[in-house]
Amino acid sequence: MSESKRLRAWFQSGDPWVWLIGGGLAISLIMVVGLLVLIAVRGFGHFWPQPIVATAVIEAQGEMQPLLGVEVRSETLPAQRIRESGEAVPDDQLLVTRTLFKVGNRDLIGRDFVWFMDAKLGERDYPDAAMMVERREWGNFYGYPVALLRDGQRVEGDALWPALQQAITRANGLHRQIQRLEKVEIGRINNALEAIRLERRRLELAGVDGAALSAAEADLAAREQVLDDQFAEIQNERRALLDQSERDRLLARTAEGREIEIALANIVMASQNNRLGLFGKLGFYFSRIHEFLTGFPREANTEGGIFPAIFGTVTMVLIMSVMVTPFGVLAAIYLREYARQGTMLKLIRVSVYNLAGVPSIVFGVFGLGFFVYLLGGTIDDLFYPERLPAPTFGTPGLFWASLTLALLTLPVVIVSTEEGLARIPRTIREGSLALGATKWETLWKVVVPLSAPAMMTGLILAVARAAGEVAPLMLVGVVKLAPSLPVDGQFPYVHMERKIMHLGFHIYDVGFQSPNVEAARPLVYATALTLVLLILVLNLTAIAIRNRLREKYRSQGE
Amino acid sequence: MTDTASNSNLAADLFGDDRQTLAISNEQVAIEVRNLDLYYGNDQALKNINMTIAHKRVTAFIGPSGCGKSTLLRCFNRMNDLIDICRIEGEILIDGKNIHDKDVDVAEHRRRVGMVFQKPNPFPKSIFENVAYGLRLQGVNDKRKLAEVVERALRGAALWDEVKDRLEDNAFGLSGGQQQRLVIARAIAIEPEVILLDEPCSALDPISTAKVEELIAELKNDYTIVIVTHNMQQAARVSDFTAYMYLGELIEFDDTARLFTNPARKATEDYITGRYG
Repeated sequence: MSESKRLRAWFQSGDPWVWLIGGGLAISLIMVVGLLVLIAVRGFGHFWPQPIVATAVIEAQGEMQPLLGVEVRSETLPAQRIRESGEAVPDDQLLVTRTLFKVGNRDLIGRDFVWFMDAKLGERDYPDAAMMVERREWGNFYGYPVALLRDGQRVEGDALWPALQQAITRANGLHRQIQRLEKVEIGRINNALEAIRLERRRLELAGVDGAALSAAEADLAAREQVLDDQFAEIQNERRALLDQSERDRLLARTAEGREIEIALANIVMASQNNRLGLFGKLGFYFSRIHEFLTGFPREANTEGGIFPAIFGTVTMVLIMSVMVTPFGVLAAIYLREYARQGTMLKLIRVSVYNLAGVPSIVFGVFGLGFFVYLLGGTIDDLFYPERLPAPTFGTPGLFWASLTLALLTLPVVIVSTEEGLARIPRTIREGSLALGATKWETLWKVVVPLSAPAMMTGLILAVARAAGEVAPLMLVGVVKLAPSLPVDGQFPYVHMERKIMHLGFHIYDVGFQSPNVEAARPLVYATALTLVLLILVLNLTAIAIRNRLREKYRSQGE
Repeated sequence: MTDTASNSNLAADLFGDDRQTLAISNEQVAIEVRNLDLYYGNDQALKNINMTIAHKRVTAFIGPSGCGKSTLLRCFNRMNDLIDICRIEGEILIDGKNIHDKDVDVAEHRRRVGMVFQKPNPFPKSIFENVAYGLRLQGVNDKRKLAEVVERALRGAALWDEVKDRLEDNAFGLSGGQQQRLVIARAIAIEPEVILLDEPCSALDPISTAKVEELIAELKNDYTIVIVTHNMQQAARVSDFTAYMYLGELIEFDDTARLFTNPARKATEDYITGRYG
């Protein structure tokens, strides 16, 4: 009796509900923190230099097959499953532990990740001489350095490693120069040649003929000649650089004892991980992270950096913000301040709110159908007839991606701006009106500045949603590998029609479309981490701006 | 003259004479209200108001909550225009011109009839910009001219000495009483003819109230002032004329001294002696 009474009193006191709420909060927090920790550990861990293991695998005939590589992870499986896959496992064994090694050397053995059963592995050793070489093609190489062939001369022994590092620095410098020539210089000439082609086509479309045509033609031909000459010059320069970069070669030996030559032009970096001290490892770590964040992707996005994706995401979000803010704010001001309140307005408002609930892929389809094909196609017909049938704006690109996202996030901005406007005390408006201000003046001088923080809140939500959106972008302008950044030194500097790369899509592409799953896995985490951090930075910036506005326009209630 | 207090007006029925107009017969007229009716939708909030407001005098409106005194005050600068369902009949004449005429520019009219509200409502700007706001609206951007007017207005509102060293500070940093005087300074900076005060001291402490009351006494020299107040002592202290309103009707309007010492109507006497309700 008294027990049940006490129980009832306990329930009435509200304590159980407090515990329930607290528990719910704790679970949510644990999940969020756990997610971030998982991504951070996997993502950041990838760049740490792992020790290179030398061991041997005992083959069926009792032979020892040497092995050199990096341990990726171990797992323990029921023996039955291994037997089913065709491996021999003693009958009395129930569990089998196996380890995944990254052995590299894809050009020699065909695959760079191999599972080995621990029972068949010999003693593990970490030889100082073992090295990993990151190559521009064929993935990593693991082996031992033998000699550096510099201009036909062999450098060996103690002098080898410093000489190799020097040669790599030189080769990387040459590589950068060649890249610059190819991308910037040749790109410029190609653009100019394309412009000449377009001019010719324009003349053709305009129906110019006779003397005017031949005069224009002569002019164009002369300009073409100049560009051709320049092109030949650059080609020569490029060839000279290529020859130079072919000078050095690295002679290396694999674990099995095969000797191969690697051209230094093909080497990104070489490292003897087992020799590195703490500072060496830290240096290695940060240079890898730096390369990841600022480099361009290689080998179907499974190697190299993600800079174009970061750049594309940021550019797209910024352009989206620039488009969505004025439209959203103006729409909200009209709805709240000027529109006649009534059924029609209620209908419009409900429609706007419901837009926020429309699946994003639907926006993507709309963007493709309306923006890209209809608007873009019309723009091409009107302004770029000489380029047809090759589309300029009539194809997915940065501008359409940003516009689609702006449409997608418009409701968020409208709703928060409306709420902000509604929160401005009536007395402030009346104070302004009583001084002889018109409604418009009151709005622009008092009400809108006061509700600026609310508009920023809307923008923060919009940015958070836009930066993480993937599905609609695949339809309207985001691609796996964009040939060039949307901003460069060529007029008009921001190329709204170009396709872009995007972190969200990059995660999807690397994680699910990649031919090399094991190599891609850590990159998925690292890219996800970058995306989370990027959104965090964008949001913190917006929050900082909002707080400054709040400080400036502190309203009476606060 | 007799038609000003006519029709179904309770005052006229019981009162017989037209003391309302007699009270200020020797004064110059600033505002004249003729047969004013005001409706919120179907509810009538003001019933056939007839009165004259004297030039450069303080006129106080008293009465219980909901009697329509604030509504009447807000008619004078057409603040009721902001309320969609509000409908006004009758005339309000300033300088012989009906303020509801079609050719009256509302913004221009409000520049001539300034208003101070119940709660101080400074803008989220600096003290200087608050006072300069009305001038900037008129297109005055000359720094020297602005500084001059701002100083004069702040001196006029007896605030200059307290804020002269921090004109660039946010106005929200001021105390409630200072904010209310700032708002008054803001109103007089554009030199209106009439200043409407809607319970200007209801949110202030006694010391701030005393300061604002002193200020009203001084402003009387230059401006016509209409003040709505709940505080009968305040009305007695600051005003020259007092109107007692009840349920949308003007019950009695007279010289303040006479209304408080010798009210003509029983209803007025009950209210001012606290027997009301």
